Amino acid sequence: MVALLLSPAIKRSLLALLLAALVAVPFVPEIIYPIFVMKVMCFVLFACAFNLLLGHTGIVSFGHAAFFGSSAYITGYALRDMGLSTEIAILAGVLFSALLGAVFGVLAIRRQGIYLAMITLALAQMVYFTFLQAPFTGAEDGMQPIPRGKLLGLIDMNSDLSLYFLVLASTCGGLWLIHRIVNSPFGEVLRAIREHEPRARSLGYAVNRYKIMAFALSAGLSGLAGSLKCVVFRLASLTDVHWHLSGDVILMTLLGGMNSVFGPAIGAIIISALRHYFDALGAWVTVAVGLIFIACVLLFRRGVLGEIDHLLATRFASRRIVKEQKNAQI
Amino acid sequence: MEIFGIPHQAFLGQIMLGLVNGAFYAVLSLGLAIIFGLLRIVNFAHGAFFMVGAFVAFLIGRDLGIGYWPAMILVPLIVGFLGVVFERVALRRIYRLDPLYGLLLTFGMVLVLEGGFRVAMGSSGQRFATPEALRGVWNLGFMILPIYRAFVILVAVVVCAGTWIVIEKTRMGAYLRAATERPELTQAFGINVPVLLTLTYGAGVALAGFAGVLAAPIQQVSPSMGSDLVIIVFAIVVIGGLGSVFGSAITGLGLGVIEGLTKVYYSEASTTVVFLVMALVLLLRPAGLFGREEG
Repeated sequence: MVALLLSPAIKRSLLALLLAALVAVPFVPEIIYPIFVMKVMCFVLFACAFNLLLGHTGIVSFGHAAFFGSSAYITGYALRDMGLSTEIAILAGVLFSALLGAVFGVLAIRRQGIYLAMITLALAQMVYFTFLQAPFTGAEDGMQPIPRGKLLGLIDMNSDLSLYFLVLASTCGGLWLIHRIVNSPFGEVLRAIREHEPRARSLGYAVNRYKIMAFALSAGLSGLAGSLKCVVFRLASLTDVHWHLSGDVILMTLLGGMNSVFGPAIGAIIISALRHYFDALGAWVTVAVGLIFIACVLLFRRGVLGEIDHLLATRFASRRIVKEQKNAQI
Repeated sequence: MEIFGIPHQAFLGQIMLGLVNGAFYAVLSLGLAIIFGLLRIVNFAHGAFFMVGAFVAFLIGRDLGIGYWPAMILVPLIVGFLGVVFERVALRRIYRLDPLYGLLLTFGMVLVLEGGFRVAMGSSGQRFATPEALRGVWNLGFMILPIYRAFVILVAVVVCAGTWIVIEKTRMGAYLRAATERPELTQAFGINVPVLLTLTYGAGVALAGFAGVLAAPIQQVSPSMGSDLVIIVFAIVVIGGLGSVFGSAITGLGLGVIEGLTKVYYSEASTTVVFLVMALVLLLRPAGLFGREEG
């Protein structure tokens, strides 16, 4: 609705402003820490990719950390043990997680709703234990330090500045792709499945194929986020595949608002900022995140963006009614 | 004597360990299945309440000097009361919504409980002494059996059987079954279904707390002790079929044994075997071993 209320020109200039601010970030490290901004971008991409399934297809996956984390591990392996260049390492991670997503999809869509969520959770736990025991992951210590490699074999990613622009470009590319997917005929079919699956099926859509496709796309883009985080922090660890992260990404999406394309981005920013700036409080942050979760479910299920939309929409609607009543009186 | 190339001491020992784990799986999945049956809520907080049970037993032992045996009664009451409060304050508000919100709400509760205990007690594990009457081992001739582990298996079987009797043979159980099938109709007959929901959640959670007391002397009592367990229990409930209360208890014991056997023959897979079985069951029998097909 916010999108509807703003004219395209205003929207375009807001977007340009945001982009300009993001481009300026690495040149003003005294205002905001660029590494933190990179981390936020990774989680923004992750949450928006997750929402392809939750918001747009109506599938709740409780195992998205598996895609994020395994992509991080694969990228780390390609960079450290195989010495590949950065973009190929990232691509390898993305491909692996997209494939993993398809496998999860094939198994999980045999059930629906709550069962499906539990199945994805269990499958993700299996991935977690696999990485815990695989010889190259360093188990509890994680994989570190991972060299950042050279982009196209030319540009050294050890420079934080070039890395920042790689992350920015990849995130924007990923978000653009999600925007395109959501607004494509394919996205329409996904929404049709969300709203009324039997009807979509009776209209002749191969529902299962669409769901598996959505799983693979969502997983691949989540994988991109994981790979980028691995390159930024030179680290792939068990926290990247742990189910707490799967819970975090659900919270980000719920908090931001799952009925929009970029609502989850707002949730991701809020949660990352909370974790970053209140890190010193230790386990209290976990308690706070839990309380936010509970508040989200009980009080504002539309999420931040959704609530703003709702507020604006009702205000405009009531104004319109008042106007119409006046007209009627005249 | 060897069984498939494994000394039978090790073989029986692992089956024993598997049965002990299976006992916990059984008690936990039983509570989970009862709660799901009536409330249609997948209680993610089940593992957290298990952890709370173990901690309450530890704390009342340390600070109030209350021993193991009274704790077995007291702790489920305390944990059950916590569950009742949680149901009244929070869960109650979301029954009309998609069941997924229940999963998310209870997940939030997990974070609050785990984080809270981490703040109060630290992340490292606490030791809880085995009660004196149950220390020591029995030498059965063919294997050494720690008495406490035998006790755990026995108690779990008794608790599962007792729960089954309550559900199948008592008036309370009849109300519960009726409300599970047709809540509106049961309410129309003058049975207070909202109170029944509250009590059921309390009872299910109390079972988890009870399992926590049982586990305290075997495992380290730590804030994260329930968090990985609950996912295994989820997988077990998917395998057994969520519709079936008793099926999930049997599946729990069975999978404990399978896990134990995997430890003997291919220990690398022992942590993943439950999930592999789940994937297999989903491919062959999507509704679960004991479940009915439903949405």
